[in-house]
Amino acid sequence: MIPLEHYVLVSAGLFILGIAGVILRRNALIIYMSLEMILNASNLAMVAFSRYHGNLDGQIFVFFTIAVAAAEVAVGLAIIAALFRVKQTVRVSDLSALKL
Amino acid sequence: MENALFYFFSGAMLFFGLMTITSRNPVNSAMFLVLVFFFMAGLFVLLHAFFLAAVQVLVYAGAIMVLFLFVIMLLNAADEEKRRRHWLGVIASAVVVGLLVFEFGFVLWSGNLDTVLPSLDAVGQTEAVGRLLFSSYLLPFEIVSVLLLAAMIGVIILGGKEKKA
Repeated sequence: MIPLEHYVLVSAGLFILGIAGVILRRNALIIYMSLEMILNASNLAMVAFSRYHGNLDGQIFVFFTIAVAAAEVAVGLAIIAALFRVKQTVRVSDLSALKL
Repeated sequence: MENALFYFFSGAMLFFGLMTITSRNPVNSAMFLVLVFFFMAGLFVLLHAFFLAAVQVLVYAGAIMVLFLFVIMLLNAADEEKRRRHWLGVIASAVVVGLLVFEFGFVLWSGNLDTVLPSLDAVGQTEAVGRLLFSSYLLPFEIVSVLLLAAMIGVIILGGKEKKA
């Protein structure tokens, strides 16, 4: 039997990797991938707590998180593609102006 | 057996997560991220969340990553810029990562998590999730469908601009 702490530890590790990716990388697409990793880390924590507390509400919540993540990725990638059409780059350091 | 699978899945997941954020080529990053999602689905199976494991593979590793790859190919952004070290970003991420490691370590070390594993029959669990989803959580379920519709309309509006320009 695996203790609950190990699942939470793995979830925290993936969360930290995602945060580091968001801060470190300059490519907007890779920042988006890191955001997906952060969402997945929270999903893992919720499923683990749901299993160890014998309560299925956590799994329902993860289901909603996945649906919201799908919507978010679609809109975010459309925004990145629209920005690329105007500025010809996906580097966030070149996208620092509010005015196009 | 379960222990070995857990340590294999989580170790491989963290390794490929590291590869995702350090890989130069965005296509390689996307492929490593697919592996991260697959190993996450394996962890879901170990936690007896079979429905979520299937959804994880279908939605994340299938739909979302195909969308990512499609956009990467569309933008032709596969060639990453030359590796110029931005020290401010490195220092900032080191500080944030250090703080997070300290915080998570402190919480995990001082907290007393209840680790008594309740036994639930694995067969009926997907059915139980479905019953819960369509009874107590019916309204959030419907709202999510509206959210997906709104996202779809938003993407069409954002993506359909180029004909005018």
